[in-house]
Amino acid sequence: MSENKTPRRDFIKLATMTLGGVGAASLAIPFITSMNPGKDTLALASTEIDLSPLKEGQSLTVIWRGKPVFIKHRTQKEITEAKNTDLNDLIDIEDDADRVQNDKWLVVLGVCTHLGCVPLGQKTSDIKGEYGGWFCPCHGSHYDTSGRIRKGPAPKNLPVPPYVFLNESRIKIG
Amino acid sequence: MSSNDPQGYKKTLNSPYTGFKGWIDSRLPLVRMMEAEYLKFPVPKSLNYFWSFGGIAMFCLIGLILTGIFLGFHYKPSADEAFDSVERIMRDVNFGWLIRYLHANLVSFFFIATFIHIFRALYFGSYKAPRELVYLFGLTMFVLMMGTAFLGYTLPWGQMSYWGATVITNLFSAIPFVGDAILKLLLGDFNVGDSTINRFYVLHWLLAFAIVGLVVFHVITLHMTGSNNPTGSEPQSWDETVSFHPYVTIKDLNATIFFFIILAFVLFYYPNILGHSDNYIRANPMVTPAHIVPEWYFLPFYAILRAIPDKLGGVLAMFGSIAALGLLPWLDTSKVRSCLFRPVWRICVLLFAINFLVLMYMGGKPAEGIYVLISRIGTAYWFLFIFVLAPLVGFLETPRQPLSITNYLQSKKA
Repeated sequence: MSENKTPRRDFIKLATMTLGGVGAASLAIPFITSMNPGKDTLALASTEIDLSPLKEGQSLTVIWRGKPVFIKHRTQKEITEAKNTDLNDLIDIEDDADRVQNDKWLVVLGVCTHLGCVPLGQKTSDIKGEYGGWFCPCHGSHYDTSGRIRKGPAPKNLPVPPYVFLNESRIKIG
Repeated sequence: MSSNDPQGYKKTLNSPYTGFKGWIDSRLPLVRMMEAEYLKFPVPKSLNYFWSFGGIAMFCLIGLILTGIFLGFHYKPSADEAFDSVERIMRDVNFGWLIRYLHANLVSFFFIATFIHIFRALYFGSYKAPRELVYLFGLTMFVLMMGTAFLGYTLPWGQMSYWGATVITNLFSAIPFVGDAILKLLLGDFNVGDSTINRFYVLHWLLAFAIVGLVVFHVITLHMTGSNNPTGSEPQSWDETVSFHPYVTIKDLNATIFFFIILAFVLFYYPNILGHSDNYIRANPMVTPAHIVPEWYFLPFYAILRAIPDKLGGVLAMFGSIAALGLLPWLDTSKVRSCLFRPVWRICVLLFAINFLVLMYMGGKPAEGIYVLISRIGTAYWFLFIFVLAPLVGFLETPRQPLSITNYLQSKKA
Protein backbone atom coordinates (compact mmCIF):
# COMPACT_ATOMS: atom_id res chain seq x y z
CA MET A 1 0.00 0.00 0.00
CA SER A 2 2.68 2.47 1.07
CA GLU A 3 4.53 1.88 -2.21
CA ASN A 4 1.46 3.04 -4.11
CA LYS A 5 1.11 6.28 -2.20
CA THR A 6 3.65 8.36 -4.07
CA PRO A 7 2.43 7.63 -7.62
CA ARG A 8 -1.13 8.26 -6.46
CA ARG A 9 -0.21 11.67 -5.09
CA ASP A 10 1.81 12.41 -8.21
CA PHE A 11 -1.21 11.57 -10.30
CA ILE A 12 -3.50 13.87 -8.31
CA LYS A 13 -0.96 16.68 -8.50
CA LEU A 14 -0.50 16.27 -12.22
CA ALA A 15 -4.23 16.05 -12.86
CA THR A 16 -4.88 19.18 -10.80
CA MET A 17 -2.14 21.12 -12.51
CA THR A 18 -3.40 20.03 -15.93
CA LEU A 19 -6.93 21.10 -15.09
CA GLY A 20 -5.62 24.41 -13.75
CA GLY A 21 -3.57 24.88 -16.90
CA VAL A 22 -6.56 24.20 -19.14
CA GLY A 23 -8.60 26.64 -17.05
CA ALA A 24 -5.97 29.36 -17.31
CA ALA A 25 -5.65 28.82 -21.05
CA SER A 26 -9.44 29.03 -21.50
CA LEU A 27 -9.45 32.24 -19.48
CA ALA A 28 -6.69 33.66 -21.66
CA ILE A 29 -8.69 33.13 -24.88
CA PRO A 30 -11.24 35.96 -24.43
CA PHE A 31 -8.48 38.32 -23.28
CA ILE A 32 -6.24 37.63 -26.25
CA THR A 33 -9.15 37.61 -28.70
CA SER A 34 -10.19 41.04 -27.44
CA MET A 35 -7.03 42.47 -28.98
CA ASN A 36 -8.03 41.33 -32.49
CA PRO A 37 -10.00 43.76 -34.70
CA GLY A 38 -13.47 44.35 -33.27
CA LYS A 39 -16.75 43.85 -35.11
CA ASP A 40 -16.90 47.52 -36.09
CA THR A 41 -13.39 47.35 -37.54
CA LEU A 42 -14.27 44.22 -39.50
CA ALA A 43 -17.42 45.91 -40.77
CA LEU A 44 -15.19 48.49 -42.46
CA ALA A 45 -13.19 45.73 -44.11
CA SER A 46 -14.97 45.93 -47.47
CA THR A 47 -15.28 48.96 -49.74
CA GLU A 48 -17.41 49.52 -52.85
CA ILE A 49 -16.05 51.74 -55.61
CA ASP A 50 -17.72 53.25 -58.67
CA LEU A 51 -15.29 53.04 -61.60
CA SER A 52 -17.31 55.00 -64.16
CA PRO A 53 -15.65 58.43 -63.61
CA LEU A 54 -12.20 56.94 -64.29
CA LYS A 55 -11.06 57.60 -67.84
CA GLU A 56 -8.41 55.58 -69.62
CA GLY A 57 -4.96 56.30 -68.18
CA GLN A 58 -6.34 57.65 -64.91
CA SER A 59 -5.81 56.17 -61.48
CA LEU A 60 -7.74 56.24 -58.24
CA THR A 61 -6.53 55.64 -54.71
CA VAL A 62 -9.09 54.27 -52.28
CA ILE A 63 -8.73 53.28 -48.64
CA TRP A 64 -9.34 49.68 -47.69
CA ARG A 65 -8.58 48.47 -44.17
CA GLY A 66 -6.70 51.70 -43.61
CA LYS A 67 -4.35 51.04 -46.53
CA PRO A 68 -4.27 52.64 -49.99
CA VAL A 69 -5.52 50.55 -52.90
CA PHE A 70 -4.44 51.62 -56.41
CA ILE A 71 -7.06 51.26 -59.11
CA LYS A 72 -5.68 51.97 -62.59
CA HIS A 73 -7.66 52.24 -65.80
CA ARG A 74 -4.90 50.96 -68.05
CA THR A 75 -4.33 52.20 -71.60
CA GLN A 76 -3.95 49.72 -74.45
CA LYS A 77 -0.20 50.45 -74.47
CA GLU A 78 0.10 49.64 -70.78
CA ILE A 79 -1.89 46.44 -71.19
CA THR A 80 0.30 45.33 -74.07
CA GLU A 81 3.44 46.09 -72.11
CA ALA A 82 2.20 44.09 -69.15
CA LYS A 83 1.13 41.16 -71.34
CA ASN A 84 4.28 40.99 -73.41
CA THR A 85 6.79 40.99 -70.57
CA ASP A 86 9.08 37.99 -70.64
CA LEU A 87 8.34 36.13 -67.42
CA ASN A 88 12.04 35.31 -67.05
CA ASP A 89 12.76 39.02 -66.57
CA LEU A 90 10.61 39.14 -63.45
CA ILE A 91 11.82 38.98 -59.84
CA ASP A 92 8.54 37.64 -58.50
CA ILE A 93 7.25 35.60 -61.43
CA GLU A 94 3.54 36.17 -62.08
CA ASP A 95 1.63 36.45 -65.35
CA ASP A 96 -0.43 39.62 -65.86
CA ALA A 97 -3.47 37.46 -66.57
CA ASP A 98 -3.27 36.11 -63.02
CA ARG A 99 -3.26 39.63 -61.61
CA VAL A 100 -6.33 41.13 -63.29
CA GLN A 101 -9.95 40.13 -63.75
CA ASN A 102 -10.50 42.58 -66.57
CA ASP A 103 -7.46 43.68 -68.60
CA LYS A 104 -8.51 47.33 -68.41
CA TRP A 105 -8.57 47.46 -64.64
CA LEU A 106 -5.59 46.84 -62.40
CA VAL A 107 -6.34 46.72 -58.69
CA VAL A 108 -3.34 46.41 -56.35
CA LEU A 109 -2.48 47.27 -52.79
CA GLY A 110 -0.47 50.49 -52.86
CA VAL A 111 2.02 49.41 -50.25
CA CYS A 112 5.63 48.75 -51.26
CA THR A 113 6.57 45.17 -50.40
CA HIS A 114 9.96 46.36 -49.19
CA LEU A 115 9.17 48.33 -46.04
CA GLY A 116 5.63 49.56 -46.46
CA CYS A 117 5.89 53.01 -48.09
CA VAL A 118 3.30 54.18 -50.62
CA PRO A 119 4.87 54.21 -54.14
CA LEU A 120 4.49 57.18 -56.49
CA GLY A 121 2.73 56.90 -59.85
CA GLN A 122 -0.93 57.58 -59.17
CA LYS A 123 -0.86 61.17 -60.43
CA THR A 124 -0.02 61.84 -64.06
CA SER A 125 2.76 64.17 -62.92
CA ASP A 126 4.34 61.51 -60.66
CA ILE A 127 7.57 59.71 -61.44
CA LYS A 128 6.46 56.27 -62.58
CA GLY A 129 9.83 54.53 -62.57
CA GLU A 130 11.69 52.84 -65.37
CA TYR A 131 8.84 50.44 -66.17
CA GLY A 132 6.01 52.97 -66.37
CA GLY A 133 4.13 51.70 -63.35
CA TRP A 134 5.04 52.92 -59.89
CA PHE A 135 8.20 54.04 -58.17
CA CYS A 136 8.77 53.85 -54.45
CA PRO A 137 10.65 56.95 -53.29
CA CYS A 138 11.79 55.41 -49.99
CA HIS A 139 14.35 52.92 -51.34
CA GLY A 140 13.91 53.05 -55.11
CA SER A 141 11.77 50.08 -56.10
CA HIS A 142 10.36 50.11 -59.65
CA TYR A 143 7.01 48.48 -60.45
CA ASP A 144 5.64 47.86 -63.95
CA THR A 145 2.16 48.45 -65.36
CA SER A 146 0.98 45.24 -63.75
CA GLY A 147 2.30 46.34 -60.35
CA ARG A 148 5.10 43.76 -60.51
CA ILE A 149 8.49 44.45 -58.96
CA ARG A 150 11.15 44.93 -61.65
CA LYS A 151 14.04 46.70 -60.00
CA GLY A 152 15.05 47.71 -56.48
CA PRO A 153 15.05 46.12 -53.02
CA ALA A 154 11.39 45.06 -52.81
CA PRO A 155 11.04 41.26 -52.94
CA LYS A 156 7.42 40.85 -54.09
CA ASN A 157 4.89 42.26 -56.53
CA LEU A 158 2.28 44.68 -55.23
CA PRO A 159 -0.35 42.30 -53.83
CA VAL A 160 -3.78 42.06 -55.43
CA PRO A 161 -6.52 42.44 -52.78
CA PRO A 162 -9.59 40.21 -52.97
CA TYR A 163 -12.26 41.99 -55.06
CA VAL A 164 -15.25 41.28 -57.27
CA PHE A 165 -16.91 43.16 -60.11
CA LEU A 166 -20.48 43.87 -58.97
CA ASN A 167 -21.27 45.06 -62.53
CA GLU A 168 -19.39 46.64 -65.44
CA SER A 169 -18.34 49.72 -63.52
CA ARG A 170 -18.55 48.82 -59.85
CA ILE A 171 -16.20 46.75 -57.73
CA LYS A 172 -16.22 45.63 -54.13
CA ILE A 173 -12.87 45.21 -52.41
CA GLY A 174 -12.66 42.80 -49.46
CA MET B 1 31.47 34.54 9.55
CA SER B 2 34.11 35.98 11.84
CA SER B 3 34.75 39.66 12.34
CA ASN B 4 38.28 39.43 10.94
CA ASP B 5 36.99 38.14 7.64
CA PRO B 6 36.31 41.28 5.63
CA GLN B 7 34.55 39.30 2.90
CA GLY B 8 32.42 37.47 5.45
CA TYR B 9 29.31 39.52 4.89
CA LYS B 10 29.22 38.26 1.32
CA LYS B 11 28.70 34.70 2.46
CA THR B 12 25.11 35.57 3.19
CA LEU B 13 24.77 35.91 -0.57
CA ASN B 14 25.72 32.30 -1.18
CA SER B 15 22.66 30.45 -2.29
CA PRO B 16 21.69 27.09 -0.82
CA TYR B 17 20.69 26.05 -4.34
CA THR B 18 22.77 24.78 -7.23
CA GLY B 19 22.52 24.94 -10.99
CA PHE B 20 20.50 27.63 -12.74
CA LYS B 21 18.31 28.16 -9.67
CA GLY B 22 21.46 28.75 -7.61
CA TRP B 23 22.96 31.05 -10.25
CA ILE B 24 19.88 33.27 -10.15
CA ASP B 25 19.42 32.99 -6.39
CA SER B 26 22.95 34.06 -5.52
CA ARG B 27 22.46 37.20 -7.61
CA LEU B 28 18.76 37.82 -7.02
CA PRO B 29 17.64 36.12 -3.79
CA LEU B 30 14.03 35.78 -4.91
CA VAL B 31 14.05 31.99 -4.80
CA ARG B 32 15.18 32.00 -1.16
CA MET B 33 12.69 34.71 -0.24
CA MET B 34 9.79 32.94 -1.91
CA GLU B 35 10.70 29.72 -0.15
CA ALA B 36 11.02 31.40 3.24
CA GLU B 37 7.93 33.60 2.93
CA TYR B 38 5.54 31.51 0.88
CA LEU B 39 6.50 27.86 1.14
CA LYS B 40 7.91 27.26 4.60
CA PHE B 41 6.44 30.33 6.28
CA PRO B 42 4.88 29.16 9.58
CA VAL B 43 1.23 30.02 10.11
CA PRO B 44 -0.88 29.31 13.23
CA LYS B 45 -2.74 26.09 12.61
CA SER B 46 -5.98 27.41 14.07
CA LEU B 47 -6.85 29.79 11.20
CA ASN B 48 -10.46 29.69 10.02
CA TYR B 49 -11.88 30.73 6.66
CA PHE B 50 -12.02 34.38 7.74
CA TRP B 51 -8.28 34.36 7.08
CA SER B 52 -8.80 33.56 3.41
CA PHE B 53 -10.24 36.95 2.53
CA GLY B 54 -6.90 38.70 2.30
CA GLY B 55 -5.84 36.24 -0.37
CA ILE B 56 -9.22 36.56 -2.07
CA ALA B 57 -8.86 40.35 -2.12
CA MET B 58 -5.43 39.94 -3.68
CA PHE B 59 -6.85 37.73 -6.44
CA CYS B 60 -9.55 40.37 -7.03
CA LEU B 61 -6.84 43.03 -7.36
CA ILE B 62 -4.91 40.91 -9.87
CA GLY B 63 -8.11 40.35 -11.83
CA LEU B 64 -8.92 44.06 -11.83
CA ILE B 65 -5.50 45.00 -13.13
CA LEU B 66 -5.62 42.32 -15.81
CA THR B 67 -9.10 43.28 -17.04
CA GLY B 68 -8.14 46.96 -16.67
CA ILE B 69 -5.19 46.57 -19.01
CA PHE B 70 -7.34 44.94 -21.67
CA LEU B 71 -10.08 47.58 -21.27
CA GLY B 72 -7.42 50.25 -21.57
CA PHE B 73 -6.58 48.95 -25.05
CA HIS B 74 -10.01 50.11 -26.22
CA TYR B 75 -11.11 52.89 -23.87
CA LYS B 76 -10.72 56.57 -24.81
CA PRO B 77 -10.50 59.06 -21.95
CA SER B 78 -12.19 62.10 -23.42
CA ALA B 79 -15.55 63.73 -22.78
CA ASP B 80 -16.54 63.26 -26.41
CA GLU B 81 -15.39 59.69 -26.91
CA ALA B 82 -15.50 57.95 -23.53
CA PHE B 83 -19.17 56.93 -23.53
CA ASP B 84 -19.03 55.68 -27.12
CA SER B 85 -15.79 53.80 -26.57
CA VAL B 86 -17.38 51.95 -23.61
CA GLU B 87 -20.39 51.07 -25.78
CA ARG B 88 -17.98 49.89 -28.47
CA ILE B 89 -16.30 47.65 -25.89
CA MET B 90 -19.72 46.24 -24.98
CA ARG B 91 -20.87 45.66 -28.57
CA ASP B 92 -17.97 45.42 -31.00
CA VAL B 93 -14.80 44.39 -29.19
CA ASN B 94 -14.40 40.62 -29.04
CA PHE B 95 -15.44 39.50 -25.54
CA GLY B 96 -15.44 43.19 -24.55
CA TRP B 97 -18.70 42.69 -22.66
CA LEU B 98 -17.10 39.92 -20.61
CA ILE B 99 -14.00 41.92 -19.76
CA ARG B 100 -15.93 45.06 -18.83
CA TYR B 101 -18.54 43.20 -16.75
CA LEU B 102 -15.70 41.35 -15.04
CA HIS B 103 -13.95 44.62 -14.24
CA ALA B 104 -17.14 46.25 -12.95
CA ASN B 105 -18.24 43.31 -10.82
CA LEU B 106 -14.78 42.42 -9.55
CA VAL B 107 -14.67 45.83 -7.86
CA SER B 108 -17.79 45.00 -5.89
CA PHE B 109 -16.40 41.63 -4.91
CA PHE B 110 -13.08 43.25 -4.02
CA PHE B 111 -14.99 45.46 -1.58
CA ILE B 112 -16.98 42.52 -0.20
CA ALA B 113 -13.73 40.64 0.47
CA THR B 114 -12.12 43.75 1.97
CA PHE B 115 -15.06 44.51 4.27
CA ILE B 116 -14.97 40.93 5.58
CA HIS B 117 -11.18 41.14 5.88
CA ILE B 118 -11.43 44.34 7.97
CA PHE B 119 -14.20 42.85 10.10
CA ARG B 120 -11.91 39.87 10.73
CA ALA B 121 -9.19 42.24 11.89
CA LEU B 122 -11.58 43.99 14.30
CA TYR B 123 -13.22 40.83 15.65
CA PHE B 124 -10.05 38.87 16.32
CA GLY B 125 -7.97 41.89 17.36
CA SER B 126 -5.52 41.67 14.47
CA TYR B 127 -4.97 45.44 14.66
CA LYS B 128 -3.42 45.23 18.13
CA ALA B 129 0.30 45.28 18.87
CA PRO B 130 2.54 44.20 17.25
CA ARG B 131 0.47 44.32 14.04
CA GLU B 132 -0.39 48.04 14.04
CA LEU B 133 1.50 48.71 10.82
CA VAL B 134 -0.08 45.77 9.03
CA TYR B 135 -3.42 47.29 9.96
CA LEU B 136 -2.45 50.85 8.99
CA PHE B 137 -1.11 49.79 5.59
CA GLY B 138 -4.37 47.91 5.16
CA LEU B 139 -6.50 50.94 6.00
CA THR B 140 -4.42 53.10 3.65
CA MET B 141 -5.04 50.60 0.89
CA PHE B 142 -8.74 50.73 1.70
CA VAL B 143 -8.74 54.53 1.28
CA LEU B 144 -6.84 54.22 -2.02
CA MET B 145 -9.27 51.53 -3.12
CA MET B 146 -12.17 53.89 -2.57
CA GLY B 147 -10.32 56.59 -4.50
CA THR B 148 -9.54 54.24 -7.36
CA ALA B 149 -13.11 52.95 -7.47
CA PHE B 150 -14.49 56.48 -7.54
CA LEU B 151 -12.13 57.54 -10.32
CA GLY B 152 -12.95 54.41 -12.29
CA TYR B 153 -16.66 54.99 -11.92
CA THR B 154 -16.41 58.37 -13.65
CA LEU B 155 -14.73 56.86 -16.72
CA PRO B 156 -17.78 55.41 -18.56
CA TRP B 157 -19.05 59.01 -18.65
CA GLY B 158 -22.68 58.15 -18.02
CA GLN B 159 -25.07 60.30 -15.99
CA MET B 160 -24.09 58.67 -12.68
CA SER B 161 -20.41 58.96 -13.57
CA TYR B 162 -20.74 62.63 -14.30
CA TRP B 163 -22.88 63.63 -11.35
CA GLY B 164 -21.06 61.34 -8.94
CA ALA B 165 -17.83 63.03 -9.99
CA THR B 166 -19.45 66.45 -9.62
CA VAL B 167 -20.77 65.75 -6.12
CA ILE B 168 -17.61 64.08 -4.80
CA THR B 169 -15.20 66.66 -6.20
CA ASN B 170 -17.42 69.39 -4.72
CA LEU B 171 -16.61 67.92 -1.31
CA PHE B 172 -13.30 69.72 -1.66
CA SER B 173 -15.07 73.05 -2.01
CA ALA B 174 -16.02 72.61 1.66
CA ILE B 175 -12.43 73.38 2.65
CA PRO B 176 -12.43 76.96 4.01
CA PHE B 177 -10.81 79.74 1.94
CA VAL B 178 -8.93 77.58 -0.60
CA GLY B 179 -11.75 75.14 -1.41
CA ASP B 180 -12.74 76.63 -4.76
CA ALA B 181 -9.13 77.00 -5.89
CA ILE B 182 -8.43 73.35 -5.02
CA LEU B 183 -11.54 72.26 -6.87
CA LYS B 184 -10.45 74.12 -10.00
CA LEU B 185 -6.99 72.59 -9.74
CA LEU B 186 -8.50 69.14 -9.35
CA LEU B 187 -10.85 69.42 -12.32
CA GLY B 188 -8.61 71.44 -14.64
CA ASP B 189 -11.80 73.25 -15.57
CA PHE B 190 -14.70 75.10 -13.98
CA ASN B 191 -16.77 71.99 -14.23
CA VAL B 192 -16.23 68.24 -14.56
CA GLY B 193 -15.12 68.12 -18.17
CA ASP B 194 -12.72 66.86 -20.78
CA SER B 195 -9.54 67.61 -18.83
CA THR B 196 -11.09 66.02 -15.73
CA ILE B 197 -11.79 62.66 -17.37
CA ASN B 198 -8.32 62.64 -18.91
CA ARG B 199 -6.55 63.08 -15.58
CA PHE B 200 -8.98 60.81 -13.75
CA TYR B 201 -8.01 58.04 -16.17
CA VAL B 202 -4.32 58.52 -15.41
CA LEU B 203 -4.96 58.70 -11.66
CA HIS B 204 -7.15 55.59 -11.82
CA TRP B 205 -4.11 53.67 -13.11
CA LEU B 206 -1.69 55.37 -10.76
CA LEU B 207 -3.70 54.62 -7.61
CA ALA B 208 -4.27 51.03 -8.72
CA PHE B 209 -0.53 50.47 -8.86
CA ALA B 210 -0.03 52.39 -5.61
CA ILE B 211 -2.30 49.74 -4.04
CA VAL B 212 -0.09 47.01 -5.47
CA GLY B 213 2.91 48.71 -3.87
CA LEU B 214 1.13 48.89 -0.53
CA VAL B 215 0.23 45.20 -0.75
CA VAL B 216 3.97 44.55 -0.67
CA PHE B 217 4.32 46.58 2.55
CA HIS B 218 1.19 44.98 4.01
CA VAL B 219 2.72 41.55 3.43
CA ILE B 220 6.23 42.47 4.61
CA THR B 221 4.88 43.82 7.88
CA LEU B 222 2.60 40.80 8.25
CA HIS B 223 5.48 38.41 7.70
CA MET B 224 7.51 40.18 10.40
CA THR B 225 4.89 39.47 13.06
CA GLY B 226 3.23 36.42 11.57
CA SER B 227 -0.52 35.93 11.23
CA ASN B 228 -2.92 36.46 14.08
CA ASN B 229 -5.41 33.64 14.67
CA PRO B 230 -8.85 33.17 16.25
CA THR B 231 -7.42 32.79 19.76
CA GLY B 232 -5.28 35.91 19.50
CA SER B 233 -2.56 33.87 21.27
CA GLU B 234 0.80 33.66 19.55
CA PRO B 235 1.99 30.16 18.60
CA GLN B 236 4.20 28.82 21.40
CA SER B 237 6.02 26.20 19.34
CA TRP B 238 6.41 24.86 15.81
CA ASP B 239 3.74 22.31 16.76
CA GLU B 240 1.17 25.06 16.82
CA THR B 241 1.97 26.12 13.25
CA VAL B 242 1.68 24.68 9.77
CA SER B 243 3.68 25.68 6.72
CA PHE B 244 2.11 28.21 4.35
CA HIS B 245 2.39 25.73 1.51
CA PRO B 246 0.50 23.51 1.00
CA TYR B 247 -1.86 24.14 3.93
CA VAL B 248 -2.74 27.81 3.45
CA THR B 249 -2.24 27.95 -0.31
CA ILE B 250 -4.70 25.13 -0.89
CA LYS B 251 -7.19 26.42 1.66
CA ASP B 252 -7.10 29.97 0.25
CA LEU B 253 -7.36 28.67 -3.29
CA ASN B 254 -10.38 26.66 -2.25
CA ALA B 255 -12.01 29.73 -0.67
CA THR B 256 -11.12 31.85 -3.71
CA ILE B 257 -12.76 29.38 -6.08
CA PHE B 258 -15.98 29.39 -4.03
CA PHE B 259 -15.89 33.18 -3.90
CA PHE B 260 -15.36 33.44 -7.65
CA ILE B 261 -18.21 31.00 -8.33
CA ILE B 262 -20.50 33.54 -6.66
CA LEU B 263 -18.87 36.25 -8.75
CA ALA B 264 -19.45 34.17 -11.88
CA PHE B 265 -23.13 33.79 -10.99
CA VAL B 266 -23.57 37.56 -10.66
CA LEU B 267 -21.38 38.16 -13.72
CA PHE B 268 -23.31 35.90 -16.05
CA TYR B 269 -26.87 36.27 -14.73
CA TYR B 270 -27.12 39.72 -13.11
CA PRO B 271 -24.15 41.71 -14.44
CA ASN B 272 -25.83 45.07 -13.83
CA ILE B 273 -27.44 44.34 -10.48
CA LEU B 274 -24.77 46.23 -8.54
CA GLY B 275 -24.68 49.18 -10.93
CA HIS B 276 -27.15 51.95 -11.70
CA SER B 277 -29.16 51.99 -14.93
CA ASP B 278 -28.76 55.78 -15.24
CA ASN B 279 -25.14 55.24 -16.08
CA TYR B 280 -26.19 53.92 -19.48
CA ILE B 281 -27.38 57.45 -20.28
CA ARG B 282 -24.67 59.68 -21.71
CA ALA B 283 -23.41 62.38 -19.31
CA ASN B 284 -25.47 65.53 -19.55
CA PRO B 285 -24.13 68.58 -17.68
CA MET B 286 -27.54 70.26 -17.95
CA VAL B 287 -29.66 67.62 -16.19
CA THR B 288 -29.04 65.97 -12.82
CA PRO B 289 -30.69 62.56 -12.29
CA ALA B 290 -33.54 62.70 -9.77
CA HIS B 291 -31.88 60.42 -7.25
CA ILE B 292 -28.10 60.40 -7.04
CA VAL B 293 -26.72 57.30 -5.34
CA PRO B 294 -23.08 56.32 -5.09
CA GLU B 295 -21.96 52.76 -5.67
CA TRP B 296 -23.12 50.41 -2.91
CA TYR B 297 -19.70 50.19 -1.26
CA PHE B 298 -19.65 53.94 -0.60
CA LEU B 299 -23.12 54.03 0.95
CA PRO B 300 -22.11 53.78 4.65
CA PHE B 301 -19.76 56.72 4.23
CA TYR B 302 -22.31 58.61 2.15
CA ALA B 303 -24.79 58.15 5.01
CA ILE B 304 -22.26 59.64 7.44
CA LEU B 305 -21.71 62.58 5.08
CA ARG B 306 -25.41 63.34 4.95
CA ALA B 307 -25.99 62.77 8.66
CA ILE B 308 -24.15 65.98 9.54
CA PRO B 309 -26.22 69.09 8.73
CA ASP B 310 -23.14 71.14 7.82
CA LYS B 311 -21.10 71.07 4.62
CA LEU B 312 -17.61 71.05 6.13
CA GLY B 313 -18.74 68.99 9.14
CA GLY B 314 -20.18 66.29 6.90
CA VAL B 315 -17.01 66.03 4.86
CA LEU B 316 -14.84 65.89 7.97
CA ALA B 317 -17.04 63.22 9.55
CA MET B 318 -16.89 61.10 6.43
CA PHE B 319 -13.10 61.17 6.04
CA GLY B 320 -12.71 61.14 9.82
CA SER B 321 -14.69 57.92 10.14
CA ILE B 322 -11.93 56.00 8.36
CA ALA B 323 -9.05 57.98 9.86
CA ALA B 324 -10.45 57.30 13.32
CA LEU B 325 -10.32 53.56 12.66
CA GLY B 326 -6.58 53.99 12.30
CA LEU B 327 -6.36 55.06 15.96
CA LEU B 328 -7.95 51.83 17.20
CA PRO B 329 -4.67 50.02 17.97
CA TRP B 330 -3.87 52.73 20.54
CA LEU B 331 -7.38 53.46 21.77
CA ASP B 332 -8.19 49.84 22.54
CA THR B 333 -6.75 49.36 26.02
CA SER B 334 -7.41 45.65 26.44
CA LYS B 335 -4.56 43.19 26.81
CA VAL B 336 -6.64 40.45 25.18
CA ARG B 337 -6.87 40.40 21.40
CA SER B 338 -9.64 38.12 20.32
CA CYS B 339 -13.34 38.77 20.80
CA LEU B 340 -13.72 35.08 21.62
CA PHE B 341 -12.50 35.99 25.11
CA ARG B 342 -13.94 39.50 25.42
CA PRO B 343 -17.69 39.22 26.11
CA VAL B 344 -18.50 42.96 26.16
CA TRP B 345 -16.21 44.14 23.34
CA ARG B 346 -17.51 41.27 21.24
CA ILE B 347 -21.00 42.76 21.39
CA CYS B 348 -19.59 46.21 20.58
CA VAL B 349 -17.78 44.86 17.49
CA LEU B 350 -20.81 42.93 16.27
CA LEU B 351 -22.94 46.04 16.75
CA PHE B 352 -20.34 47.99 14.77
CA ALA B 353 -20.70 45.53 11.90
CA ILE B 354 -24.51 45.67 12.03
CA ASN B 355 -24.32 49.46 12.26
CA PHE B 356 -22.15 49.44 9.12
CA LEU B 357 -24.85 47.54 7.23
CA VAL B 358 -27.58 49.82 8.59
CA LEU B 359 -25.63 52.88 7.45
CA MET B 360 -25.19 51.22 4.06
CA TYR B 361 -28.97 50.88 3.80
CA MET B 362 -29.52 54.47 4.94
CA GLY B 363 -27.01 55.80 2.41
CA GLY B 364 -29.16 54.36 -0.37
CA LYS B 365 -32.33 56.04 0.90
CA PRO B 366 -33.34 59.67 0.31
CA ALA B 367 -31.96 62.09 2.91
CA GLU B 368 -35.24 62.76 4.73
CA GLY B 369 -37.24 61.97 7.88
CA ILE B 370 -36.47 58.77 9.73
CA TYR B 371 -33.55 57.91 7.42
CA VAL B 372 -31.61 60.98 8.55
CA LEU B 373 -32.33 60.23 12.20
CA ILE B 374 -31.11 56.64 11.91
CA SER B 375 -28.04 57.81 9.94
CA ARG B 376 -27.24 60.19 12.80
CA ILE B 377 -27.56 57.48 15.43
CA GLY B 378 -25.37 55.21 13.29
CA THR B 379 -22.75 57.92 12.82
CA ALA B 380 -22.75 58.61 16.54
CA TYR B 381 -22.21 54.91 17.30
CA TRP B 382 -19.32 54.75 14.80
CA PHE B 383 -17.36 57.42 16.69
CA LEU B 384 -18.57 56.27 20.12
CA PHE B 385 -17.23 52.80 19.31
CA ILE B 386 -13.76 54.09 18.51
CA PHE B 387 -13.28 56.97 20.95
CA VAL B 388 -15.30 55.84 23.99
CA LEU B 389 -16.04 52.14 23.92
CA ALA B 390 -12.56 51.01 22.78
CA PRO B 391 -10.67 52.61 25.72
CA LEU B 392 -13.47 52.15 28.25
CA VAL B 393 -14.41 48.55 27.61
CA GLY B 394 -10.72 47.63 27.76
CA PHE B 395 -10.64 48.94 31.34
CA LEU B 396 -14.01 47.80 32.62
CA GLU B 397 -14.44 44.41 30.98
CA THR B 398 -13.19 41.20 32.61
CA PRO B 399 -11.92 39.09 29.74
CA ARG B 400 -11.63 35.32 29.92
CA GLN B 401 -8.20 33.75 29.91
CA PRO B 402 -7.31 33.27 26.20
CA LEU B 403 -6.82 29.66 25.19
CA SER B 404 -3.59 28.54 23.59
CA ILE B 405 -3.84 27.41 19.98
CA THR B 406 -3.57 23.74 20.97
CA ASN B 407 -6.21 24.01 23.72
CA TYR B 408 -8.52 25.97 21.42
CA LEU B 409 -8.36 23.29 18.75
CA GLN B 410 -8.98 20.58 21.38
CA SER B 411 -11.95 22.46 22.81
CA LYS B 412 -13.40 22.78 19.31
CA LYS B 413 -13.10 19.04 18.79
CA ALA B 414 -14.83 18.25 22.07
